[in-house]
Amino acid sequence: MSTRAPAVAARDLIKTYPGDVTALAGMDLTIDAGTVFGLLGPNGAGKSTTVKILTTLARPDSGTATVAGHDVLRHPDRVRRAIGVVAQKSGADPVATGRENLLLQGRLYGMRGAAVRHRTDELLDRFDLADAGNRQVKGYSGGMQRRLDVALGLVHRPEVLFLDEPTTGLDPEARTAMWDEIARLAGDEGLTIVLTTHYLEEADRLAERIAIVDRGRIVVEGTPDELKGELRGDAVHMELRAEGDTGTITAALTGLPGVHEVLVDGRRVSVRAGDGAAAVPLLLAALERAGAAVAAATVARPSLDDVYLRYAGRRFAEAEAADARHIPALTSAGDAR
Amino acid sequence: MNSQALAQTWYMTQRQLMAIIRQPVFLVISLVQPVIWLFLFGNLFKKVVELGGFGTTSYLDYLIPGIVVMSALGSSMWAGMGTLEEIERGTLNRFLTTPVSRNALMNANVVENGIATAVQSVVIVLLGWAAGATYQGGAGGLLVLVVASVLLGTVFGALSNALGMLVRRRESIIGINTFLLLPLTFLSSSFMAPSQMPSWMRHIADFNPVNWAMVAGRSALNGDPDRGLVLGRGGALLVLAVVAVGLSTRTFRSYQKSV
Repeated sequence: MSTRAPAVAARDLIKTYPGDVTALAGMDLTIDAGTVFGLLGPNGAGKSTTVKILTTLARPDSGTATVAGHDVLRHPDRVRRAIGVVAQKSGADPVATGRENLLLQGRLYGMRGAAVRHRTDELLDRFDLADAGNRQVKGYSGGMQRRLDVALGLVHRPEVLFLDEPTTGLDPEARTAMWDEIARLAGDEGLTIVLTTHYLEEADRLAERIAIVDRGRIVVEGTPDELKGELRGDAVHMELRAEGDTGTITAALTGLPGVHEVLVDGRRVSVRAGDGAAAVPLLLAALERAGAAVAAATVARPSLDDVYLRYAGRRFAEAEAADARHIPALTSAGDAR
Repeated sequence: MNSQALAQTWYMTQRQLMAIIRQPVFLVISLVQPVIWLFLFGNLFKKVVELGGFGTTSYLDYLIPGIVVMSALGSSMWAGMGTLEEIERGTLNRFLTTPVSRNALMNANVVENGIATAVQSVVIVLLGWAAGATYQGGAGGLLVLVVASVLLGTVFGALSNALGMLVRRRESIIGINTFLLLPLTFLSSSFMAPSQMPSWMRHIADFNPVNWAMVAGRSALNGDPDRGLVLGRGGALLVLAVVAVGLSTRTFRSYQKSV
């Protein structure tokens, strides 16, 4: 796996849209072949623009990128043969049947005759659409349409599959089904999956490596565990039976082995600890010595939300809301919606 | 264009034709509307042939080419709506991330529009024949009429597509079409013999591509067609069609840059 050239290598991509909207402000990205890579960020962070450039739809103002070893600007046709794209918007022809959509897609890649028919049947089967294959797509449920979209992206057995917000707009049940499907795809030999999402949980669950995108560049990258590990341990939240003296409590907990960042707020006491579970008995004992009885204690593994807060300097949900307000020009230009 | 691009053009054309057939409401409307025109105008203006200058004593004979050309205009000028829908739905972008020839994508629009216009024209001719119209120019004359209406359809189909990609707003297409359809139709010899038109109107009509198609088709349907007129107007339409398709291809390129 590491002997192969990277599936995606982008250097210093810059892209601005009319109206001075900076979509990408120096995007660097390297994705190893055969991995599932998650681009995580709020709407408008630049994920979709990155995908558009890597899939030859848009051209960067400057910077370079190769996908599957081919330069996106010099050899877009070679890139197109090597990639499968599942865009945010379905793109399937609603008037045609699922089967017809797949047949046409295969033919556009030069597949002919029995080969394209077999491949179509295989994909309809695999994505649980065999019964619906001869029905018009406009009658499909959201989950079925999304599965067809993924099938369309796979017809020609691409090396790199781009999944742009694959579960946005799906109900929870269909989302879980899609997650299982993507996890299965990840097992396909050699397939590289580039997944963009604004769901923390989705990135955490599916991606082997995650890059957090904020304001057009990558702020941090690593495996989900690495990213969370960098937050120096777990959060331990305790609730006291009664409000105690802040100074006394802080003094009692500070300096305990493996404990740092003590925060007392009325009856709520929070600390960070290298190993949260191991620290709990020490914390309880120390609080008892200080005369504060504990009503409840919970240990929380750091979440990607904590990671996002640390590197982007704001809460994910806040960024989501702020950026949604800041990029009307982008959305109306047919970008994310 | 290589054989690969030709095959792709055919696949894309097939897809669009299938979409027309699958939406019978549109199909029915595009065929019922000409019938209504034939019936309405055929009865309303029946007596105008008595004024003379129509080259026939049957207004129906005179009217058929008018309805054929008007219908070609009326159905082609909405092509941009389909293109707009494909953009909004993400279908166009899906195709653009495949190795499909960019020319095939554009050409399929032209071919599909041409086939649809030809079928519509033939159906109107047959309906007219069933209603008692006679075509003195015979098969050759009818062929010229159909070709002229296809060329006119190509012009307005391509312009409408360009508009759709450029403005990306349904309202703009609706507004411009509504504004243009009736003036373009009535500033031509669709319903009235040129010799009965006010002279200023006749001069304007000389510059109206809709009238070019009308004149070429109607002249070819005469017992004794004016070849110069047919070739002149037909040639002008052909040039205009090439220009319009070129324009929409350019717009398509600029769309690709704006994605």
